[in-house]
Amino acid sequence: MSWRPKQQNCEKHSSFSRCLPVWSKKSYTVTKPLTIWDIISLAKKSTILLAALLTVSLVVLAVVLLDGNSVPVLQPKGTIASQQRDLIILATLLSLLVILPVFALTGYISWKYRASNKKARYTPNWDGSKRLETLWWGIPTILILILSAMIYKSSHDLDPARALQANEKTPITVQVVALQWKWLFIYPEQGIATVNYLQIPEDTPINFVITADAPMNSFWIPQLGGQVYAMAGMATRLHLMADEPGEYRGSSANISGAGFSGMTFTTKATSERDFGDWVRSSQDLVQPLTLATYNDLARPSKNNQPRQYAPVDKNLYEAVMMKYVAPSHTMGGHH
Amino acid sequence: MLGKLSFDALPKDLVTIGGVVMMIASGLLVIALLTYFKKWKWLWREWLTSLDPKKIGVMYIVIAFVMLLRGVADAAMMRAQQALSVGDSSGVISTDTFQQVFSAHGTIMIFFVAMGFMFGLINLIVPLQIGARDVAFPFMNSVSFWLFAAGAVLINLSLVVGEFSAAGWLAYPPLSGIEYSPGVGVDYWIWALQIAGVGSLLSGINFMVTIFKLRAPGMTLMKIPMFVWSVLGSMILVIFAFPILTGTLALLALDRSMGMHFFTSDFGGNPMMYINLIWAWGHPEVYILILPAFGIFSEVVATFSSKRLFGYKSMVYAIAAITFLSFVVWLHHFFTMGAGANVNAFFGIMTAVIAVPTGVKVFNWLFTMYRGRIRFTTPMLWFLGFVVIFTIGGAAGVLMSVPAIDFQVHNSLFLVAHFHSMIIGGVLFGFFAGITYWFPKVVGFRLNERLGRYAFFCWLSGFVLAFVPLYILGLMGATRRLDHYDASLGWQGLFIVSGVGVMIIIAGIGFQVLQLIVSIKQRRSNLDTTGDPWDGRTLEWSVASPAPVYNFATVPVVSERDAFQVAKQDGKAKLIYEDIHLPKNTGMGILIASCSFLFGFAFIWHIWWLVAVSMLGIVACLIVRSLDEHTEHTIKAAQVKKLEAISRSAAA
Repeated sequence: MSWRPKQQNCEKHSSFSRCLPVWSKKSYTVTKPLTIWDIISLAKKSTILLAALLTVSLVVLAVVLLDGNSVPVLQPKGTIASQQRDLIILATLLSLLVILPVFALTGYISWKYRASNKKARYTPNWDGSKRLETLWWGIPTILILILSAMIYKSSHDLDPARALQANEKTPITVQVVALQWKWLFIYPEQGIATVNYLQIPEDTPINFVITADAPMNSFWIPQLGGQVYAMAGMATRLHLMADEPGEYRGSSANISGAGFSGMTFTTKATSERDFGDWVRSSQDLVQPLTLATYNDLARPSKNNQPRQYAPVDKNLYEAVMMKYVAPSHTMGGHH
Repeated sequence: MLGKLSFDALPKDLVTIGGVVMMIASGLLVIALLTYFKKWKWLWREWLTSLDPKKIGVMYIVIAFVMLLRGVADAAMMRAQQALSVGDSSGVISTDTFQQVFSAHGTIMIFFVAMGFMFGLINLIVPLQIGARDVAFPFMNSVSFWLFAAGAVLINLSLVVGEFSAAGWLAYPPLSGIEYSPGVGVDYWIWALQIAGVGSLLSGINFMVTIFKLRAPGMTLMKIPMFVWSVLGSMILVIFAFPILTGTLALLALDRSMGMHFFTSDFGGNPMMYINLIWAWGHPEVYILILPAFGIFSEVVATFSSKRLFGYKSMVYAIAAITFLSFVVWLHHFFTMGAGANVNAFFGIMTAVIAVPTGVKVFNWLFTMYRGRIRFTTPMLWFLGFVVIFTIGGAAGVLMSVPAIDFQVHNSLFLVAHFHSMIIGGVLFGFFAGITYWFPKVVGFRLNERLGRYAFFCWLSGFVLAFVPLYILGLMGATRRLDHYDASLGWQGLFIVSGVGVMIIIAGIGFQVLQLIVSIKQRRSNLDTTGDPWDGRTLEWSVASPAPVYNFATVPVVSERDAFQVAKQDGKAKLIYEDIHLPKNTGMGILIASCSFLFGFAFIWHIWWLVAVSMLGIVACLIVRSLDEHTEHTIKAAQVKKLEAISRSAAA
């Protein structure tokens, strides 16, 4: 090969000899590499102070910005969401077991082995250690095994399709239809339906059966539990339960076209008695949801206000599903 | 005659017109400059028709950087919209524009920025690192590049003629179907990706063969530099993954143009199939991008720690493990689809397992630094920034590998923050490190260090400000792609902080542009006269800078890893000059890509006669090229000797 230099500049350094051609050393000095040491010695004390101040103000800013606002995922009000929050904390702690050593090592090694620190040991040819490498194949493997057990167990325990352990309360079924761009909730047992408003009794398992008559969407009430997709011609299941009365924000989590951002709804969890009252008052409405009124409702519209319907055509949900199974774009002919 | 094309296709929205005017103005400026300095012939002869992988690499990077500017402009618009569009205010852009903007941002950043930087760096460095004079298929390489360029032009043309897709960067049906997206936006998206994707596949084949067949004598697989290993893993992924993309896009095109029903919800079609297929490509794609970035960091850390790479074998196994695992995790992109608990658990566990080889790589880099002599040059700073951001993003990824947790953060801004941690902190920082590191080898002088540091600190702090709020917003229930939200949610403050972060990132990009200009101006003081400005360890540093067109006058014989470092210490040098055969320049690549561009454009607008003509054009080009037997020229040994003397005289 074709490089010129022959001169060697060898110095004994611990047990290793370090030999570098002179010209390459020279090119070093041209580069003027900047070390952390240089940065610090160059930086005035005021700069460091400024950096510290910046960090503190960032933390303060974060606290102020968060103050009084809810962080639904971390402040669950439902049995599923609570378990999911606990999992988040557990998994975070588990990954901190790796992150913290990595950060500490990065800081320590960068500092100690900076080029200007000639006192530090230098072993240019040391390129492996069975023991160390086994350590960092091994420890993460163990952590991931623990995590895998967690994944397996929680995937079954918190499977959205799995019915909640029944307490003394009878579960309530809600059929959910994602439309362009609103949510339709049908209570088949009560014979009522609502748009962009969901009322449920507390401490009662809710069995959601979810479909879409629109582009795919995702049904999400963060304070009650995780989301599930809403897809045309298919029924996905989700089981949630509110622990206490309150109003919880629900949203559509998958882009579904122009009216996507306004496709939110309120979930109101109340006592069982209030729920019963609400159902009865709703049933008194004369605002039927038939196939015809449904087809009107299903037309694309943005930012819909809550609406209620009763009575509801018993076959409506089936009909919406079958619309995509039958080879026809018009609904009704099949039923 | 013109299919669906008419004057209605021209933009009406003010923001879009602004973008179009800027695009046309900068185009005209470039044309004017080229004409003024009489550089057209030079451009054609030296660049556009070149088959030299180094020049092709530079062209990839130039396009990627220009596309980065567009992608960042899109990001700025999104941030502005989300910071301002609260309560009664409807922000700065319409819903429709906003949805086009986020679709454009994702598409352009992945396909034309990240892929462009990646193939650029691979072209520049892989042949040099393995002691090869060229790639295995130089002409195909040129075709690949020009297909990539044609895709980039086509996707940007949608701004001027027609519209961008508003269906997100992966265009899930049924939203991307003809019923819900009747415009040409999705067609532009399909054909731009289709054309660029074929280019990527050809590149994948090219570099895999190059690495397998063109290594210098003595360089066995376990002696190749780590960057080459990472590229090998990445190219294997390209070869397996990109045909899936091509097939999926073809089916979607058939659905849209020919009334078929692969992915519609009726007539037996199934959108879930699309989502599975697109992620069967999409997940490997993430690793296609990150593996070469890992490789770059391996080179950078070893060089600037003046130490051999720690745990070479571990690194190779880790790359192999990641390559394999990346094919069995795609379902984690849609745990929320409602697959059973066992299916979710399988893909969740496979996803978590990827953390092991990735963690091993981080520890190996740290122990490469351990007992080294670390020089904190800009590439090294990018590495340190990468460790911080990537580790945090990785932890978020581990969280999301638990399906039950994923249900709570899927499609939220937490997810957005996670993948930006990986793509910016991992992929982009890696490519920036690589570009700074190899810049002198390609151009002949180093980039300005001070401005590079400024750029880095802007990117790092900008990233933290832009994306930490998004992690928090995600946990607050903010879903992605919202063009408007309620004031009572208390999200606005965090969105504003995030917007400030993006502005700081833009300042970082400004410093990078400035860095390039200043470095060119002061090139005499930054000249790399030795060919080895960083005390490098691998073969690319053994040749002069800029590397000669034939890379190596004498093909090196390799006996160990870090071949150049070893040779420097031995001081061995044998100079035997020989005739070197190199491929001739050809404009055929640009011609084929132009035909492909016309083909895509014609298909988008249903100009069927042009579809036929352009297809015939492609076939004709291929036939003509296949019959051409004079595709090589020879540089005589004496000439090589002369060239070497010139390029090395600076070192004396």
